[in-house]
Order: sequence, then structure tokens, then C-alpha cells
Amino acid sequence: MNESDQKPIIILEDVCKFFGDFQALRNINLQVKKGERVVVCGPSGSGKSTMIRCINRLEEHDSGKIFVDGRELTSAVKDIDAVRREVGMVFQSFNLFPHLTAINNLMLALKLVRKTKKSEAREIAMRFLERVHIPEQADKYPSQLSGGQQQRVAIARALCMNPEVMLFDEPTSALDPEMISEVLDVMTDLANEGMTMIVITHEMGFARNVADNIVFMDCGQIVEMKPTDEFFENPESERTKLFLEQIL
Amino acid sequence: MTFDIYLIFDSIPKMLAGIGMTLHLLFLSSFLGLILGIIILLMRISGRWYLSFPTFAYIYFFRGTPILVQIFVIYHGLPQFEAIRDSVFWPILREPFGCAILALTLNSGAYVSEILRGGYLGVDKGLHEAGKALGLSTPHRFIYVTTPIAVRLAIPAYSNDFISMLKATSLASTITLLEMTGVARTIVAQTFAPYEIFIAAAIIYLVMTWFLQRGFGLFEKRMSRYIKLSEA
Repeated sequence: MNESDQKPIIILEDVCKFFGDFQALRNINLQVKKGERVVVCGPSGSGKSTMIRCINRLEEHDSGKIFVDGRELTSAVKDIDAVRREVGMVFQSFNLFPHLTAINNLMLALKLVRKTKKSEAREIAMRFLERVHIPEQADKYPSQLSGGQQQRVAIARALCMNPEVMLFDEPTSALDPEMISEVLDVMTDLANEGMTMIVITHEMGFARNVADNIVFMDCGQIVEMKPTDEFFENPESERTKLFLEQIL
Repeated sequence: MTFDIYLIFDSIPKMLAGIGMTLHLLFLSSFLGLILGIIILLMRISGRWYLSFPTFAYIYFFRGTPILVQIFVIYHGLPQFEAIRDSVFWPILREPFGCAILALTLNSGAYVSEILRGGYLGVDKGLHEAGKALGLSTPHRFIYVTTPIAVRLAIPAYSNDFISMLKATSLASTITLLEMTGVARTIVAQTFAPYEIFIAAAIIYLVMTWFLQRGFGLFEKRMSRYIKLSEA
């Protein structure tokens, strides 16, 4: 790897976030390099979601700094737009637009944000539907697709905007067990292609296979961040050990 | 008292003379009311107090007073002000038709904005977030994501309001307009048969309502096709 690959594409510096009196994030420091795959785990309510939602400004951090590809995320619309262009996101509940077919879900932002011509947008969208192995579902509405198919469309929708970083917020938690692997397979392919990814998941098998580093969060803090093997074999804190015992 | 069923059928064609005026009042004021309702909604959800505050007063006033009172205030009340008589609106407000349209529009705008607001509140928050994450601007999210879904959610309540508007147009007869009810009253004055004549009027209103219900039903079906399919 050359030097530019080593530069962090995402930097969080002392990020804090409050919901009223409740402090959801306590001085979060995190750096993610280009091409790095980070899995975030921890008990529910530990701030995992809030942390990654701050990265594309779905939540506003109260203090600290967030940089995406060298640009600081401020309340300026220009910065927010620029960051969102670089960052794709996949949600637990898919959040596909229900009134649009699968391919139109992909084409909407291509046309409106990227200003791609319709015919070209259709071509790009089709290519990404093929990439998640469901080109034949292109003209179906989300309500006609299974959960696993919907989530793959959602992944394709984020990918076709050509983001530098992909955020996954528990992408398989809302799925029936038999559909989890089809989504994880797509994510594993993506990781193998070198996409920078931050993934919140409880799928520890996936984490072991794919992640470079694992972040363990509890009570709004990063308790531990380690390379994957070390994390599983040699966790430092008691809380991490307890969590791993419960989940493995 | 006698009841002449033939008089009902005889009077129906005559009464149809008023149907044009009824439909004119209904469609024009509903159309203007829809535009007004959208503007009021945008002001209300703008998050700026100086835009949203007036909408509360407006909606409160027009939902809280009878349409008949509103028509009287506009028709009998406004011309007393010289400023109104001197204004560019006078050619409209001088005519009973203009007054009726104004009253019905203002009334419909208040209800429609509330109906649409219900639709907007019903749109899943996750879809806003998905739109944001994709980089869609606020206007783009509003037009391409929220509105199509909100409109579908609002159709049943809107069709209800539209049918209420049909019936409200009859109040225009109180300020001399010869819409259906106005025509019916004229016929009653000639025949002294209020029972038959008003039943005939009721029949025509029912037929119109049936068509409106059907129209909205088809529209709702079309707007909901992405949901219907999943049930099939």
C-alpha cells in the first residue's frame, strides 16, 4: 500500500452527542483508513448507531470534530452535501421508497443528485442490481420482494452513487435467518473489492471473515478497538469478554 | 297533504339547470383550495414561527366557524369597508359568485392543509433518512419521496372533504346564486311543493356523490398499486 492509502478517510475526534440529558456518545475517537473494514459491536443502546449516523449527519454531533475525506462536517449545507456524496448508508429497516420499483429506487438519486441522463441511469442501476444478483427483480415494487432482496436493492441503491465509504446499520437484524447469508455474501464481495466499510452487526462470523478491525462500544464509549484476531482471542476489558461470551 | 311522485321526475331536468353552477363552484373552489392548502401546509411545516403562526390562526378560524357565517361575512360584511370597495379585488367581491368562491376556497384550504399534514406525518421517518443519506435535497425529498406517499395516505380524507364541499356549495344559494339548491328553491316558490322538489334535489346530489366516490376510489386504487400487488 502506498502512503495515500494509509491516510484516514474518516476521522472522529472527541465526538460527543446528547439526546436531551442523555449522553449517547462520550468522546469518541475513531480513524478509518481507505479500504479498511471496521465492524462495530456492542450491546443495544451503546451508541453504535448514533456514531455512524453522525458520520453522514443523520444525527448532529454536539462537540468534537468529524472529517470525511479531509473535509470537516459542519452545519454548512455544502459540507453536508459533500459528505453525503462520499458516504453510502444501508439501514436495518431497508428504507426503500415503497412507491418506486427496485430500479427506480436506484435511479432516483442518480437522476436528481448526480444529474445522470435517464437512459444512462437505467444502465448504471441495472449494473448494480446485477452486482447484488437480482437484475430480474428490477421492475418489482419493494412490497413484492423478500426482506433479503429488499436489503440487497438497498445496498445497490447506496452503491450506485459511487460512494467512498459504506455505512451499514445492522443490515441483517430485521431479516429472517434464511435470508441473512444472501445479504452477508453481497457485503463480503464488497469488502473483497476493497470498499471502505463500517458495519454494525452481531454477525460475528462475518466480522471474523471480513473485518480488519473491531470496535466494541458500551455506554456511548469505545471500550476497545483491535485487529480482528486479537479482538476475539485476546480481549482486554471485562465488558468485552462478557459481551463475547454472551454472543458467541 | 299529497305526494306527487311524478313531480319529482318532472323537476329533475329543470333542476339540472343549476348543476353547471354547482360544479363550477365545486371544482373551482376545490382547485384553489388545494393550492391554498398546499401553501398553508408548507408554511406550517416550514419551522419558522412567523410563517407557521398565521396558519394556526387561519385554520382555527375557518374550521371553527360555519361556512354559512363565512359566506355572510364576506358577502355582506366586506363591502362595508371602503378600502375593499376601492381595492383591485372589488370586481370579484362585488359579485355573489366571487364571494362564494372566496368563502369556499378559504374553507377548503384550511381543511385540505390539515388533511395533507396528516398524510405527511404518516410517511415513515426512515424514508426521509434514506433520502438524506442518498444526498437528496430537501425540496427533492419533498417532491419525489414524501409527496407521492403522503398523497396516497391523504386520499380517503380528501375525498371526504371534497364531498363535503359539494354539499357546501348549496349554501351559495343564500347569496342569490342559482346553483342546484338555488334552482330548487325557485321551483318550490313556483310549485309550492317543497317535499318533492327537495327530494329531487337530494337525488341529484346523491348521484353526483356516487360519481365522486367512484372517481376517488379509482384514484386511490391507482395510487396504491404498489401496495395492492403485494397482497395478490
